[in-house]
Amino acid sequence: MSVFDIIGPVMTGPSSSHTAGVVKIGALARKIFNEQAESIEIYFHGSFAHTYRGHGTDRAIIAGVLGMGLDDENIKSSLEIAREKGIELTFANINLHGVHPNTLKIILKKDIEKMTITASSTGGGDIVISKINDYEVDFKGKFPTLWLLHKDKPGELAAITSLLAEHKINIAFMKVFRENKGGLASSIIELDQKLGKGLVDILSRRKNIMKIIFVPSLF
Amino acid sequence: MGYFTIEELYKIALDNKKKISEIVIEDEIINSEKSRKNVISEMKRRYDVMKSSIEKGLRGNIKSITGLTGGDAARIKNINTNFLDSLHNKIISAAIAIAEVNASMGKIVAAPTAGSSGIIPAVIWGISEYYDLDEEKCISALFTAGVFGKIVNKKMNLSGAAGGCQAECGVASGMAAAAAVEMLGGSSEMVIHGFALALKNLLGLTCDPVAGLVEIPCIKRNGFAAAHALTAAQMALSGIKSIIPADQVVDALYRTGELMPSSLKETSQAGLADTDIARDIELKLNTSRFD
Repeated sequence: MSVFDIIGPVMTGPSSSHTAGVVKIGALARKIFNEQAESIEIYFHGSFAHTYRGHGTDRAIIAGVLGMGLDDENIKSSLEIAREKGIELTFANINLHGVHPNTLKIILKKDIEKMTITASSTGGGDIVISKINDYEVDFKGKFPTLWLLHKDKPGELAAITSLLAEHKINIAFMKVFRENKGGLASSIIELDQKLGKGLVDILSRRKNIMKIIFVPSLF
Repeated sequence: MGYFTIEELYKIALDNKKKISEIVIEDEIINSEKSRKNVISEMKRRYDVMKSSIEKGLRGNIKSITGLTGGDAARIKNINTNFLDSLHNKIISAAIAIAEVNASMGKIVAAPTAGSSGIIPAVIWGISEYYDLDEEKCISALFTAGVFGKIVNKKMNLSGAAGGCQAECGVASGMAAAAAVEMLGGSSEMVIHGFALALKNLLGLTCDPVAGLVEIPCIKRNGFAAAHALTAAQMALSGIKSIIPADQVVDALYRTGELMPSSLKETSQAGLADTDIARDIELKLNTSRFD
């Protein structure tokens, strides 16, 4: 951790968790979806549901999806900017049960592409992405991250990690979630280096990998 | 040059015969693999934002998104019946100024959070104005403030939701006191006691904002916590010590935060948030559109 994480970030107020952290969630959702969304649906849970207008949480999430940085003076007008671009915006409240009080669900759509992301703002501007579509994940956007949806088979992860090693990519953190033995597993691999498109393509050709998304680190 | 505790930081400063700010700067250079010039200018960029939010807030023509707050910083700055000295006046008004800019969706520097962002800059800027100190000293002081937040952050999350306001304004006040002591020429030992004394006195502070917003009581609390940091700095500079070592104050902070009911940790279920007037305000805000 850097001293600039404490004296910082430079941000648009009023809340590190309800505004700045939420801009980050939007920015990370944009990187995960990797398309300019035509429609954005936001569902606020817990504290977000009660206070989102007064904290500008609605403006913050849209600002992030539009690609604005934490200290962008236009965060205040992000809803108007998005609507001018013809992006359809929907806001509603939801009870997601058993999650962090500052949690939201975002659904991004373009043509037939659709992605649902669940994320929490855990304080001081830190965030965590906890679900992509219906799959459990756990990452914060601090490292270049690889998300893999693959068959839960012996040796699959070993093969993936040795491919990374061959390309001199170091693994910082790694987590595996699976629903049941031999079914589908959702793996998050946080890396010290960026991943080139070539290597993503090689990985995606493996027959046990159903889906692969590389998410660059935030900012 | 690793340190996980304030005690370890103190030993490193002592062994190297360097100020705490210098240890933090050198540490940052090593960890970020950036040049000294870059590290200093990164902090200067932050200090510039702090100063411009003070300036903006002191002008007084400011309203929060909800319209509930704004204009108080200018009220204090322009007071006629000024029974406090001008240092206190500057610091209280500057802290409120930043907090008001924050509530209006203006640009600020989280220090350590947005809700407590007025305290550290106000103390550092106020002292530099009052004693006519150069900017270099202010920037060094920000590194000193920062390291205390960083060490607390290793043990707990700095947020009202995790530890109540003691983890936001309480920690900020301790960080500001440490910065003030270093700016005014105190020893590293005094810097650490300044931090411990200020934080110790704000343990137990809950986070019960009206309608869940960073406005009431947060804005005025920034003014109080800034003045509070000065009291702690004065004590430390006069040689008063915290009997409880700084690291153990931090342990107490963490445990108090754990014991604090969630109704008083940024959920707006109790305390000031649960008063009749607060519920009225909440209802009005929820039924009107203010964007």
